[in-house]
Amino acid sequence: MTGNVASVLQPAGPTSTLIAELSWVLIAGSAVVFLIVMAVLAWALVGNTGRALRGPRQSMALIVGGGVAFPAIVLSALLVYTTIRTTAATKPGVTGTIVNVNGHMWWWQVRYRDPAGGPDIALANEIHMPTNRVVTIGLTSADVIHSFWVPALAGKVDTVPGRVYQLHLEATAPGVYRGECAEFCGVQHTRMAFHVVVHEPAEYERWLTAQSMPAPIPTGAEASAGQAVFVRERCAACHTIRGLTGQAEAGPDLTHVGSRLFLAGGDTRTDAAGFARWVANTQHIKPGALMPEYQRLDAASLGALAAFLAQLK
Amino acid sequence: MTPAKSAGALPNSLPRPDGELAALERAWQPPRGWRLLSAVNNTRIGVFYIGTSLLFFVLAGVLGLLIRAQLALPENHLLSPAFYNQVFTMHGTVMMFLFAVPIVEAIAVYLLPAMLGARDLPFPRLSAYAFWAYAAGGLAFFCTIFFAASPDGGWFMYPPLTSGEYSPGIGADWWLLGIGFIEISAIAGAIELIIGILFTRAPGMTLGRMPIFAWAMLVVAAMIVLAFPAVIAGTTLLELERAFGWPFFNPRLGGDPLLWQHLFWFFGHPDVYIIFLPAAGLVSMMVPTLARTPIVGYRAIVLGLVTVGFFSFALWAHHMFTAGLGTLAAMFVSAASLAVALPTAMQVFAWLATLARGRLRITGASLFLLGFFFIFVFGGLTGVMVAVLPFDWQVHDTYFIVAHLHYVLIGGMVFPVFAALYHWMPVVNGQGLSEAWAKWIFGLMFAGFNLAFFPMHISGLLGMPRRVHTYDAGTGLEIWNLASSVGAAVLAAGVVLFLIDAVRTWSRRPIEHANPWNGGTLEWLPAHDYGVRSIPQIASRDPLWEQPSLAAEVEAGRHWLPGTVTGGRETLVTSPRRALPMHLLVLTGDSWLPFGAGLGTAAFFLLLTVKMMGIATLFGVIALAAMLRWLWQTDRPPRQATAEVADGVFLDVGAAGTRSHSWWATLILVVVDLTIFASFVFAHLHVSMRGDSCPPVGARLANDEAIVVSAALWIASSTLVWLASRWRLGDAGRQRVLHALVIVGALALGLGAATIEWGAHAAAGLAPARDGWSATVAMLVAWQLFHAVVLALMAAFLVARISSGLLGPRSRATLDNVALFWHASVLQVLIGCGVVQLLPRLLT
Repeated sequence: MTGNVASVLQPAGPTSTLIAELSWVLIAGSAVVFLIVMAVLAWALVGNTGRALRGPRQSMALIVGGGVAFPAIVLSALLVYTTIRTTAATKPGVTGTIVNVNGHMWWWQVRYRDPAGGPDIALANEIHMPTNRVVTIGLTSADVIHSFWVPALAGKVDTVPGRVYQLHLEATAPGVYRGECAEFCGVQHTRMAFHVVVHEPAEYERWLTAQSMPAPIPTGAEASAGQAVFVRERCAACHTIRGLTGQAEAGPDLTHVGSRLFLAGGDTRTDAAGFARWVANTQHIKPGALMPEYQRLDAASLGALAAFLAQLK
Repeated sequence: MTPAKSAGALPNSLPRPDGELAALERAWQPPRGWRLLSAVNNTRIGVFYIGTSLLFFVLAGVLGLLIRAQLALPENHLLSPAFYNQVFTMHGTVMMFLFAVPIVEAIAVYLLPAMLGARDLPFPRLSAYAFWAYAAGGLAFFCTIFFAASPDGGWFMYPPLTSGEYSPGIGADWWLLGIGFIEISAIAGAIELIIGILFTRAPGMTLGRMPIFAWAMLVVAAMIVLAFPAVIAGTTLLELERAFGWPFFNPRLGGDPLLWQHLFWFFGHPDVYIIFLPAAGLVSMMVPTLARTPIVGYRAIVLGLVTVGFFSFALWAHHMFTAGLGTLAAMFVSAASLAVALPTAMQVFAWLATLARGRLRITGASLFLLGFFFIFVFGGLTGVMVAVLPFDWQVHDTYFIVAHLHYVLIGGMVFPVFAALYHWMPVVNGQGLSEAWAKWIFGLMFAGFNLAFFPMHISGLLGMPRRVHTYDAGTGLEIWNLASSVGAAVLAAGVVLFLIDAVRTWSRRPIEHANPWNGGTLEWLPAHDYGVRSIPQIASRDPLWEQPSLAAEVEAGRHWLPGTVTGGRETLVTSPRRALPMHLLVLTGDSWLPFGAGLGTAAFFLLLTVKMMGIATLFGVIALAAMLRWLWQTDRPPRQATAEVADGVFLDVGAAGTRSHSWWATLILVVVDLTIFASFVFAHLHVSMRGDSCPPVGARLANDEAIVVSAALWIASSTLVWLASRWRLGDAGRQRVLHALVIVGALALGLGAATIEWGAHAAAGLAPARDGWSATVAMLVAWQLFHAVVLALMAAFLVARISSGLLGPRSRATLDNVALFWHASVLQVLIGCGVVQLLPRLLT
């Protein structure tokens, strides 16, 4: 499993903690109201019937009391409480980092500004952030409507082509939190998982600096052979490797793909075995994905390519 | 007409003349054998309609079982992702459009005339047409799943996913064209119900004495009239985008995907109340009968129904809380969504008070009512939860919502409908469903439902999004999904048992029912093909309880209209508020024309989907010809001017002008038309305000002068039609020629106006496929041209009526209705042109 926490009720940041608190209040409150109404129903069926509701006045009292006054009071209180908490949830803290997320069918393109002023850092299906700092995600889509959702950290925001929306994320503890696409977007809507990796601030800075570097030069014969396969098979038509290829937009950036947790929005690992399995079986693992399947690669080429990709850390 | 009678005296005296009953039976004789397909009596059409809806329930239910089979285990490969997407799209689409709305309309078609004391609905052939179009179209639409050619974009069909670029097959077109015209069926039903409820109630059945189900259907029919046009407009726009590239929803060319969401949910939210309120109305009928006491809080319930209906139109944006609407707007909608719980709670407590006052007898129906209380209240509470913004931001588009919607729809509609089937089966053929089986069926359905859908609250909170074809092992979702799948199977078992019992019961020989639950309302009077023997004069909400001899009196022919005056089918028209007898309504008999027109309409739209233009046109022409022939048979001068409907009481036969029920039906149709138009105007405003400039770069407004000339010609055309409607209708030949020429002149002016307007836009280089603004302008122009064509057809029909001498003082509905439609069309032209020409000035 790509596992990791993805539950609304196991929050890992201030916003999701607030929403979880709200959720428990709503769950408890609804349970109480439900039991009250069922109790009234039971009383009406088998209790002190007829005698208690002798005339129209008592009946109207039940209707007005139960049907108007009781819900009006409860719902007004709920409205006040939730309005106060909602404004707290939508008040952004100090914003530091801005991350651009562009939804695609069926992967998430992620871009960071290089702190040293170099070209943008691009990766896919993974967002890294430091603890206790608000990260602003700028959300849009390249094709159809998707929805960006990390249950452990915040509510979801749709990514709509032609519009840019903002979502503020903040996490209180390091960890890996799973995200899903939450708006039906076609045949592989299910396989668009992404992860938010939360680091201590110093570790995050190290990660960002490492990501800003161009791709490492392959060491070893197999990895070098793999790079040649990458060039020969024209993978660069869709995939960018900074320092090796030009800029390509159609597929995820692979500059440091070996350092990511998973591949292709699913649960394939980024080791050599995982890369080999993915490249040779794309349409079996994720039928309908826009990447062709490379069954025709011989075992040696495939192995070399996989070794090359795995060392792109 | 003199309705005054001394208190206590019944309208008609005994003995009844010889042959009166026989003549009544003859007039209402149903066709035999395969000719039953030409029946138009609401009791026949109603049964077909209910049966077909239940068939779609079963078919869509099987699709639901397929979904649960696929999701029972993690990483399952039972269904491919592509096919799974078709399965869940069809499950939702068939359930919502081919089962949920049709079944509540079907029950109304069957039951409402009887409840109101009417012999039939006011436009029998219209309901027959609506049914056949729905049945043929729906079945053909469902069959797409057998060819894996179904739509796969979700029942809500969001673009850009459903645009031609990302859904290149014809699946989406099946939805747009196939479901699109079924909406017309629903609207036809709504018009029928409004007119029936307001104009054909039994004498003495004031609005305050009307059965609550009638109030519910009145509210629901009005909601259909105002909500369905939005989705008709949306589907038209999306189909034009797919077929011709008019970029309403394409952001790269100035369109906006959110435009679809606004149009769809403006329909979609009222839609769920359109589904729930009739069920609530049925509950309000069954609870007092089974609790053996009059309903407590009649006025509170009616107020609740009207309030829910009204406020439901303000809530559509709560389906878009994560789509990027402003926080202020979202908070307003959130508060309104909380507030709508109040009128529903009022109804719930009125039912609880009724149960407390009375003593519920346990029957199959009351078991399902208890199940309704449990499940629906639960679903209503999760509805309150998701109305809270931050909570919705987490659970929107997850299985929590799937749980919520099934609790309110199955709890709030399916359970009351099953209760209704148990409760009113004796009215159908005198037989009752098995009370013994009912306990098992209820047990399986109730337990199965909760086992299936309660765990979905949990899987949603654990992070499971909607519309996923599988989930990973080790996520903690396995146990909840497995439980849901087992529950679904249990629920299905209950439904299967019910179907066996239903078929068994329905096939038994019909007998007289003896009002087994001692119901107090008119549908429990002895019923026949002609409805009731005489239309009762009533004085209370529960006439059978207050007037114990009513059934005997009605059967003996002591009340109104105990026979047939013209030899054909008739019912009484009474005044909308106080139900005073106004005139006699002559109804049409059985006919093949609605059957042909319905099938022809279905075939036209379905063949358009597969782009077989020639054959499609052929069927369209057949449908149109059938409709014209059918219309030609209407609006005839009655054979006698007055009719004796009670001792010494003579009513006019038929009515003209604004007293004609067909005029009011046309008015409602005009409201539908204007609402579709308003949706297109909204689309134009929405797209215009999204752009950087209006008109956008490269587009030009049509020349103002030409538009003004065109508008003036339309106004002149309307004036001529107004003159024609003021014409004194006589028989003189020359008068008729002049009259016809006025109509032709009005048409010529209108066509000239349309030509000038179209020319002005063409001269300005209107290119609908270039950008969203141009597309919406073109849509408004196309809508006007469509009206011009319809008016041409109407004018030709009217001229034919004038020339044949059929237009007279007592048969002038064609003229009055065409005039009404004409003026409404011209109004749309003026508003449309005004908005397009003036908006750029307002925006700069």
